[in-house]
Amino acid sequence: MDTMSSYYNPADLGKFGAIADFQPQLAEKFFAWYGEVFAEGALTQREKSLIALAVAHAVQCPYCIDAYTTDSLQKGASEQMMMEAVHVAAAIRGGASLVHGVMMMNKVNDVSM
Amino acid sequence: MALATTSLLRRGSNLADTSEQLRVLRSSNADDAIPSFAGMLRDRGVGRLTPLEPRVLQINLGKMCNQACKHCHVDAGPDRTEIMSRETLEQCLTFLATSAIPIVDLTGGAPEMNPHFRWFVDEVARLGRTVMVRCNLTIIVANPKYHDLPSFYAERGVHVVSSLPFYEASRTDRQRGSGVFADSIKAMQMLNDVGYGAPDTGLRLDLVYNPVGAILPGPQALLEQDFKRALDKQHGVQFNTLICITNMPISRFLEFLLDRGLYTSYMQTLVSAFNPAAALGVMCRDTISVGWDGMVYDCDFNQMLDLPVACSSTHIASLSIEQLQARAIVVDQHCYGCTAGAGSSCGGQLT
Repeated sequence: MDTMSSYYNPADLGKFGAIADFQPQLAEKFFAWYGEVFAEGALTQREKSLIALAVAHAVQCPYCIDAYTTDSLQKGASEQMMMEAVHVAAAIRGGASLVHGVMMMNKVNDVSM
Repeated sequence: MALATTSLLRRGSNLADTSEQLRVLRSSNADDAIPSFAGMLRDRGVGRLTPLEPRVLQINLGKMCNQACKHCHVDAGPDRTEIMSRETLEQCLTFLATSAIPIVDLTGGAPEMNPHFRWFVDEVARLGRTVMVRCNLTIIVANPKYHDLPSFYAERGVHVVSSLPFYEASRTDRQRGSGVFADSIKAMQMLNDVGYGAPDTGLRLDLVYNPVGAILPGPQALLEQDFKRALDKQHGVQFNTLICITNMPISRFLEFLLDRGLYTSYMQTLVSAFNPAAALGVMCRDTISVGWDGMVYDCDFNQMLDLPVACSSTHIASLSIEQLQARAIVVDQHCYGCTAGAGSSCGGQLT
């Protein structure tokens, strides 16, 4: 089958580790770092999972949405917590556009009499 | 209170036949999608599971229940009529008296619906053993004849263990039926009123969390904090400990997995989370499980798959502790449910 017939295949999520096949040293460093990032620290594992869920929506990564929806549920997050996390991502995305409106206004002022 | 579902038996599902459930579980083993559990124990250095000194005698008083939860591993419900007879209960007492087993764990169905329930609790207490009851909470408010259960339990120091899959109504009711959360809160308030859940009364009310879906349970300690905070703040109810139990891929939960096409991915999740430390602590090593008809099993889950103990006799009336101690524990593919992640048992997380 043409692997490009569909850009996203859910089964590919389980093959994430295979990125090491083309470059093992960097993959090893990445996965070790990744594991440490999500370990319990000053932030709880659940807080990290909800941040990951929000970022997944900001970068619109289907694999990450799949993985961190499951992970957030497993960490005991409620549906409300998860949707609030998505709203945080959306608010930052929307706000990021709008705050650039100030740049537009500055430019308008610069060029206007 | 509207039921979440009806029993597999009533619906004439092919999964009502336990040999069909075993066929599903073992066929995924045959095509190598899921490695054999016994082989996994061997490969990971756990070896064969052997019995320890028995600590819990778990008795299923019957499959009859006022609820019909979507994930029920007993396939219990209001339409089930199987209940333990007085004669079998007496045989359990005779067995118990010959043993030093300290805890008797009463389960069902709703164990309180067995007409001999209160007599049996008193007889077990008379033998000086701790009684634990798997109370679904809603039974307490289901009928006036059950309203006094909290005081009945308190007077006898019964340890109450109750399922509450989440601290919010929507998720609880999806699994257990509409209105179950509200009735459960009412019942918890009644238990709190007689002293259950308070730190200094010695009356233990533990809650059981199991995921509402095809995921593993989260960390028990973190979830316990969430449950305590939410239930206290929103409903003013208290409990002692939260017990996390993984859903076993059997009975109605197996039906859910197959219907949603999630069976293989759930089994793979359990297999990839296999934890040898949890495998060493599994409850079948120190529990003896008795079915409503007196048949004896290594655990409640083997019971629901009709996999009795590997002894020459398999009935409580004719088994001795010595025979049981010499047995090999029966394992099959569903056992991955108890060894995943932090492990799972009727007493919660294992590691």
